[in-house]
Amino acid sequence: MTTTTDIPQSVPFFQRVIALRWDNWQGALIVFVIGMALAIASLPPQVSFWASSALAALFAVTLIANAWGKYIGGLLVTPALTLLFLMNVFPLVWSFGLSFFSYKANRARAPTWVGLDNYAKVLGDPDVWDRLHNTIILVIMTVSLQMVVGFLLALLFSKQFPLRRYLLILVLTPMMLSFVAVGAFFRYYYDPTFGLLSQAVRVFTGQPFILMNTVWGSRIGIVFADAWMWSPFVMLLVLAGLVSVPKYLYEAAAIDRVSGWRQFWSITFPYIRGLMLLALLFRTIEAFKLFDLVFLLTNGGPGTATETIALRVYRIAFENNKTSESTALAYILLFTVIVLTNLYLYFANRRAREAPAS
Amino acid sequence: MTDMTANAVGSARPARAPLTRRLRFGSSASGVGHAGWGRTVGAAIVSLIYFFPVFWIILTAFKTYEDALAVPAKFFFTPTLENFAQVFSRAYSAGGPTVNTGFTLYFFNSLFISGVSVLLALAIGTLAAFGFSRYPLKGNDTYLFMILTTRMLPAIVVIIPIFIMFRVTGLAGTYLGIIALYTVFNLPFAIWMMKSFFDELSPDVEDAARIDGSSDVRVFFKICLPQVLAGLAATAVFGLILTWNEFLFALLLSGVETRTVPVAMSQTIGGDIGVRWGLLAAIETLFLIPVIIVTFALQNQLLRGVTFGTIKR
Repeated sequence: MTTTTDIPQSVPFFQRVIALRWDNWQGALIVFVIGMALAIASLPPQVSFWASSALAALFAVTLIANAWGKYIGGLLVTPALTLLFLMNVFPLVWSFGLSFFSYKANRARAPTWVGLDNYAKVLGDPDVWDRLHNTIILVIMTVSLQMVVGFLLALLFSKQFPLRRYLLILVLTPMMLSFVAVGAFFRYYYDPTFGLLSQAVRVFTGQPFILMNTVWGSRIGIVFADAWMWSPFVMLLVLAGLVSVPKYLYEAAAIDRVSGWRQFWSITFPYIRGLMLLALLFRTIEAFKLFDLVFLLTNGGPGTATETIALRVYRIAFENNKTSESTALAYILLFTVIVLTNLYLYFANRRAREAPAS
Repeated sequence: MTDMTANAVGSARPARAPLTRRLRFGSSASGVGHAGWGRTVGAAIVSLIYFFPVFWIILTAFKTYEDALAVPAKFFFTPTLENFAQVFSRAYSAGGPTVNTGFTLYFFNSLFISGVSVLLALAIGTLAAFGFSRYPLKGNDTYLFMILTTRMLPAIVVIIPIFIMFRVTGLAGTYLGIIALYTVFNLPFAIWMMKSFFDELSPDVEDAARIDGSSDVRVFFKICLPQVLAGLAATAVFGLILTWNEFLFALLLSGVETRTVPVAMSQTIGGDIGVRWGLLAAIETLFLIPVIIVTFALQNQLLRGVTFGTIKR
């Protein structure tokens, strides 16, 4: 297609329009409009529909052919952006609008304008602050546990040793599993009668142990499952930093007889600092959205002790059917996540710029 | 922890490696030290403990009903395949007729829905990634940021308007609806992953081909695409796993006929199969096997995959 050259502007407009060329979109547009009018007027509806479609397709092809050389970048990304807009951006903007109305998805009544009432209702609701409190407790517990365990695992695997590749798989597997599967695992392990945990505790106390019926017990249960699943993620990032430390730095440190602790802070740590920050941000974003695991393990219980913001949104939207109120809360959650994502990308880009080779 | 870090780093002290080893690990400039079988034993113990929850589920899948509920837990037992047979058809009451449990359909749905949506996302996403990588638009980074943001959004936020939209258009519970949704769900991932692969290619070959008169289409299909085939495969498999594991969208948007395995599994936990841990474990095992195989095959691309291509190595 690039072999065909554009018709020079000196050729009169009339001649350019009738030229039989694939990139002649003006001509195709005229044919499309006239052809459609004729088809609708003269042919039966079914035939005219397909004829018009064919002419529209011809018009689309000429448009693409015309844009090919000039806007190739735009052409390549258009399908993806269109799809994302239709299925992601548009629904979100629409639901943002909905958050200013009063609307229930299970009623036929049309939405009525209420302004900022939904936001006022959500922000003034002590329950929401309580769920936010729950979420933050879970996020802090699970992310810090993941960082520590992931870091220690990375140190363990930071060197080459026989069978490393195979052992690494065993550690990395949990990260790839489904939340549903992990939730089902841990329900089995936490089961008061048959669960392994209860059995292990019974050896010492002689009593069956019910982890999930106290507030902190259920929090620990969730955090343990989540941290088990995602510590490998932190490990993977830290490991990438550890293996990127140039060997000559250690060699120089050895000549200068630098202590091991000092060596870690002065040589190793600067190389893993950026990646640890990225891991922290990524895991915080994900933990903030925590839904599936809580839904399956405790469903928010006991009481509402482990109900996270995401679960709360689900409850309001799909169990109480307060659709517009839920979108207001959802937007507060959304805003937090966007801010965190922005931070994450800022640091990821900075790292990519600073160390293109590492 | 203090001691452990100090030791781990301290023992990286470089005794100059013999020549053969230096050659074998090409760039000996990286700080990957070497440890012997001692480290293997330590790592093996830790790894096996870490993997234990998965291992125990797989073990449970081979236990009879009584063995799975035995107190104390049984490490040694006579294995049975009964659970795996019952995943697909079983008798709900003792001596009753065997009934189809529907899991054949659910496994098919999971495969079909994730397969088609990943293929679509990959086709559209690879084109877009090539565009973003080679023909940067005005505000290229802004587009890319927005695309990644759509992927990082909490699923619960996105699902509320889509749920209503699908109900109005009648797409809820149809293959078309859920596949369209998962295509969009995989699209940002595919774009970012493929862009990270395209960015890594050396532009020299392409430039040479362009000078020799190759068209853009030819450059894409004959030069760029063959070089990123491995990346394409990795992206596809990652997308498959992400979709295969996805729960919330499927829970709210799949109907009885289009239900996927995670949804079916979550419904059995509370229900009748709930107490039949052996059976549930068998379902989980079947569900996990592809994931474990893929993790093994993709080990080198794992970092890039789990960070959506934002961190390459």
